[in-house]
Amino acid sequence: MRAIWTALTFVTLAACSSAPTQEQPPAGVEDRQPSATQPGAQTQPVQRPPVAGVDLTTKKAPARSVLTDPASILSKRSIYYDFDKYDIKDEYKSLVEAHARYLRDNRTAKMLIQGNTDERGSREYNIALGQRRSEGVKRMLMLLGATEAQVEAVSLGEEKPKAAGSNEAAWAQNRRSDMLYGGEY
Amino acid sequence: MVMRFFLALLAVLAFSGAARAQLSIEITGAGGQRLPIAIAPFPGEASLPAPIAAIVRADLERSGLFRGVEVPPMVPQPTEASNVDFAEWRSRLADALVLGSVVQRPDGRFEARFRLYDVVKQAPLGGIAYTLTREQARATAHRIADYIYEKLTGEKGVFSTRIAYVVKRGNRYELQIADADGAGEETALASFEPIISPAWAPDGRRLAYVSFENKKPVVYVHSLLDGKRHVAANFKGSNSAPAWSPDGSKLAVALSRDGGSQLFLLNPDGSGVRRLAQSAGIDTEPVFSPDGQYLYFTSDRGGSPQIYRMPAGGGEAQRVTFEGSYNVSPRISRDGRKLAYIARNNGKFQATLLDLTTRQAQILTDSDRDESPSIAPNGRMILLATVVGGRGILSAVSSDGRVKQRLTMSAGDVREPAWGPFLQ
Repeated sequence: MRAIWTALTFVTLAACSSAPTQEQPPAGVEDRQPSATQPGAQTQPVQRPPVAGVDLTTKKAPARSVLTDPASILSKRSIYYDFDKYDIKDEYKSLVEAHARYLRDNRTAKMLIQGNTDERGSREYNIALGQRRSEGVKRMLMLLGATEAQVEAVSLGEEKPKAAGSNEAAWAQNRRSDMLYGGEY
Repeated sequence: MVMRFFLALLAVLAFSGAARAQLSIEITGAGGQRLPIAIAPFPGEASLPAPIAAIVRADLERSGLFRGVEVPPMVPQPTEASNVDFAEWRSRLADALVLGSVVQRPDGRFEARFRLYDVVKQAPLGGIAYTLTREQARATAHRIADYIYEKLTGEKGVFSTRIAYVVKRGNRYELQIADADGAGEETALASFEPIISPAWAPDGRRLAYVSFENKKPVVYVHSLLDGKRHVAANFKGSNSAPAWSPDGSKLAVALSRDGGSQLFLLNPDGSGVRRLAQSAGIDTEPVFSPDGQYLYFTSDRGGSPQIYRMPAGGGEAQRVTFEGSYNVSPRISRDGRKLAYIARNNGKFQATLLDLTTRQAQILTDSDRDESPSIAPNGRMILLATVVGGRGILSAVSSDGRVKQRLTMSAGDVREPAWGPFLQ
């Protein structure tokens, strides 16, 4: 026996999704403004065009390039896991150490760690398993000098697979933690 | 004849943009004993946008408990006011008969009347008259089907209830609400980020769910009537797995704000957060027992994910599932007697129903990627998500495993079903 119901037309909510952008504050010399003037006093504003200075002598190089330069280890952001495993494999320890060092040297830098799982099993239980992965990364970062305020560990469970497909090759790509800096998510 | 007026409150949602999709239901298995019922076309129903008699028949057949008897064209068309020729209906092998009519009233609205008969006993079983607008034709048909179902089976029908589910098409996610027969769907939320775990408030007017629009799981409460939504839980870390208490006053959620995945209780407006338990492992997927006394949930505290139960105010947990190494996603029937969950058997994830009194567990499906079971409010059917041919579809199966249906979308994956409560 077979019966088909035809559905009615429906209309959808329009949604927009915008990724926040973050820009580095421009470096520059400080431009002093005259303080509050006396009421009724005649003051002449000092006309002085601003100068945007660049300082190459401090240790803090522009943050974006270090984090995105393919030659820099910091441009690598993903840690992969074996099936049903949550510990950081030896091959990823130097990567986590490098990011911990960056967070320690850049106290204003913030990081979001997203834990992911493969598609098998309960979506909600996979949220919890992905959380176990991201918290493992957070724990190691904090042992190496990052602070609680800098790092947030969250889970995307199986919801944002990197690789499509229901096979071990895809699943291995999806058992993963990703480290994202402020402005990148 | 019993006179009762029915005013359907139709949720009107604010929409912009347009899309089109079809959700179709295919019945793939039926019960053994099906009661033959004849439902004659209602004279006058052609002036309504939906055919009342055909929808009533489809509803009853979909339950797996009824078989529609073909009704040939008759002159004059019988109505609820006609004298019934029981011998003729008996010769058509009908055990039950429904006759009705639709007339337009001077104010532009319609009146649909029907009467239900026991053909074998040659006796009327009752009937109702409904006043309706054109837009309420489908809802009225579901109400009539509920009445007939309850009269003939003794249990409440669920044809007037609604279901929620998530459709994924490309990179677009839509949380949709449809009638229990999959018709009349409306989109409550559209997003470019995943939406999971919709949970109906007991009043049937709000949904809690998890949205990833902030690049992490956050729990929202969404009012279907006006489309207003607010954050219920957005703490540092992950916020997920919302479940309503039976009185609608609390939400149980899984939060990682203190590390790990742990159970908390909060008010639906997000206030009054209270930790329910301290566990060394994962605790998630809470669901209240219908009396509000207990929480069933998934935990790996014993080494593998299993279902546990603890007092809703917190306290010692008892293990509920013992067989196998992966039992998750508990849902409890409204009478509190049956527990639906997903069990992994030889690598297959299958919907399972456990009778909490007899401790008998029955695997309900022969599929291998079942998830997110949801029990109909009358306990008769279990709706779940599964994968067939690489596509996400919904599947409904009766609590005895015999009646089976597939709900598919012409394009896209359907998942995360949640069966709404009885209309209040």
